Amino acid sequence: MSEKAKSIASKKILGQDERLQKVSKLKLLLNRPELGALGGAILVFIFFGIVAGDTGMFSAYGMLNFLDVSANLGIIAIAAAMLMIGGEFDLSIGSMIGFAGICIAIPAIYWGWPLWVSIIFAFAMAVLVGYFNGILVVRTGLPSFIVTLAMLFILRGATLAITRLITGRTQVPGLRVLIENDPIAWMFATDTFKWLFTWLGSMNLIALRTDGTPLATGIPPSVIWFIAATLFATWILMKTRYGNWIFASGGDKNGATNVGVPVGRVKISLFIGTAVAATIFATIQVLDAGSADTMRGNLKELEAIAAAVVGGCLLTGGYGSAIGAAFGALIFGTVSMGIFYTDVDTDWFKVFLGAMMLIAVVFNNYVRRRVTESK
Amino acid sequence: MSENLIEFNNISKFFGKVIALKDVTMKLKKGEIMCLLGDNGAGKSTLIKTLAGVYKPDEGEILIEGKKTIFDSPKDALDMGIGTVYQDLALVSLMSITRNFFMGREPIKGIPFLKTFDIEKANKIAADRMGQIGIDVRDPSQAVGTMSGGERQCLAISRAIYFGAKVLVLDEPTSALGVHQASMVLKYVVKAASEGLAVILITHNVHHAYPVGNSFTVLNRGRSLGTFNKKDISREELLGMMAGGEELDKLEVELKEMNRLNS
Repeated sequence: MSEKAKSIASKKILGQDERLQKVSKLKLLLNRPELGALGGAILVFIFFGIVAGDTGMFSAYGMLNFLDVSANLGIIAIAAAMLMIGGEFDLSIGSMIGFAGICIAIPAIYWGWPLWVSIIFAFAMAVLVGYFNGILVVRTGLPSFIVTLAMLFILRGATLAITRLITGRTQVPGLRVLIENDPIAWMFATDTFKWLFTWLGSMNLIALRTDGTPLATGIPPSVIWFIAATLFATWILMKTRYGNWIFASGGDKNGATNVGVPVGRVKISLFIGTAVAATIFATIQVLDAGSADTMRGNLKELEAIAAAVVGGCLLTGGYGSAIGAAFGALIFGTVSMGIFYTDVDTDWFKVFLGAMMLIAVVFNNYVRRRVTESK
Repeated sequence: MSENLIEFNNISKFFGKVIALKDVTMKLKKGEIMCLLGDNGAGKSTLIKTLAGVYKPDEGEILIEGKKTIFDSPKDALDMGIGTVYQDLALVSLMSITRNFFMGREPIKGIPFLKTFDIEKANKIAADRMGQIGIDVRDPSQAVGTMSGGERQCLAISRAIYFGAKVLVLDEPTSALGVHQASMVLKYVVKAASEGLAVILITHNVHHAYPVGNSFTVLNRGRSLGTFNKKDISREELLGMMAGGEELDKLEVELKEMNRLNS
């Protein structure tokens, strides 16, 4: 037996396929849908590193700033990405953010409910809205674009009308005092790793205020939720049976139904997912600001979809990744904050964003075709 | 009696006033390939859907291994070992071979509430099964979209067999394929039958059916013109029986006429 044959035989005994050896880690990465977003994020960091490297953008305080913005968007972008992989859209995410906000604020301020009950109430309403969106799309067979566009108007209008009816205004302030000692609110309102920042401050590694406390006090809750959501969504998509059903439902509804995938249930659960993600977003924002505003979350649904698309999600479903959407959100957040650190007039922000998106989508499309179509 | 794996006795199916099937009788043994021939509108699709449990017959009975059976749902038919591979194959081209192979029936592992899709096991089985057909799958995580039409057909058939099909119902498996791809699929069908499956091959292409079939049932306008063993009938006779046979004869005559006038 020649040396080569021996090595092949030994690999066979080990249960490996010798033909798989050719595929390197790098090549696997090049075949992933999130490649475009990952490359885009690196480019964005290099760009701001050059033009704004010495401005404080990359100080601890500056980084937490753009990470917070990215994380908030990321929470809804990941849910939107999962729904898109499942073959549907949710345009009511932004309106749901406003609606969830007043679902927390009005009971807590005007009806005297404990804050934690109001938060649970808001999540219960989110499940209802998501279920309603889902069942409407599944039962009628109408495009989710239209159904959730209707929901966009209904929810925003209802939020405004109900708030004005009960409070006479469009804003509900006064929540900040309720956060302390609440059994649930801390999950959406506490900075973590404070000890780390105190230590870094004491070592003079990060900027300090005049009273000696660090300027950046801790990791904001949005970032923790964002990381948790990315890991959880990726685990579901890649490692569970339900994840396989999401891809199948979006890839070919009829085929999936024919082999026994409960397509309707999968889609409904994904609509509940986007509404719940919008409510997480809303809770964090409302508790951070201490007030709810009926206009909160306006146009956020489009940003979430844009981040998902930059992250490699296909508009027609069946393809995409949660990590990609996370990087898409990171690009958005970094650019939107980073532009303030440059000499560029901030009026140009959206031009830059749109151009980034176009480039990412063209690139993603190229990768997808290379990987999923026969040569 | 139980020598026949599946028996259709005088099956009829009506849609309102339309007679889709009338008194269709078929019998099929283990290891046998029966070709169901018929032109468009002959009732092939209705017959497949009756076999697959989508429709319930209005008259007649279905016997499986000698026992009278009524399919209440497609799942019923599947549980009884009737594996139907539809023309659209129920494959998602954006998904990997493995993910398609186990779509809706994923193997799982782990503790309750945290059960995960056992992708290593699934990859191994998928690669193994594709290897048995002679399709070289270097990487079972590659997308189905990168496979040829014949390979996709074989994947769908292989999946039906893996999930317990005893009777394989194939709807036009070669209609969209070139000669080379079609022969690859037909080879696999013969192999499956030789391993003890009964195969019902639905097609309108006599040239694909004749080399592989043991018997032939011809449908015409919802009625069976009979089942013939291969030794009793020639390719031309079969072609003639299908609706359109006469029309082809007529066409030939007309073409001859045109040639005569042109020359």
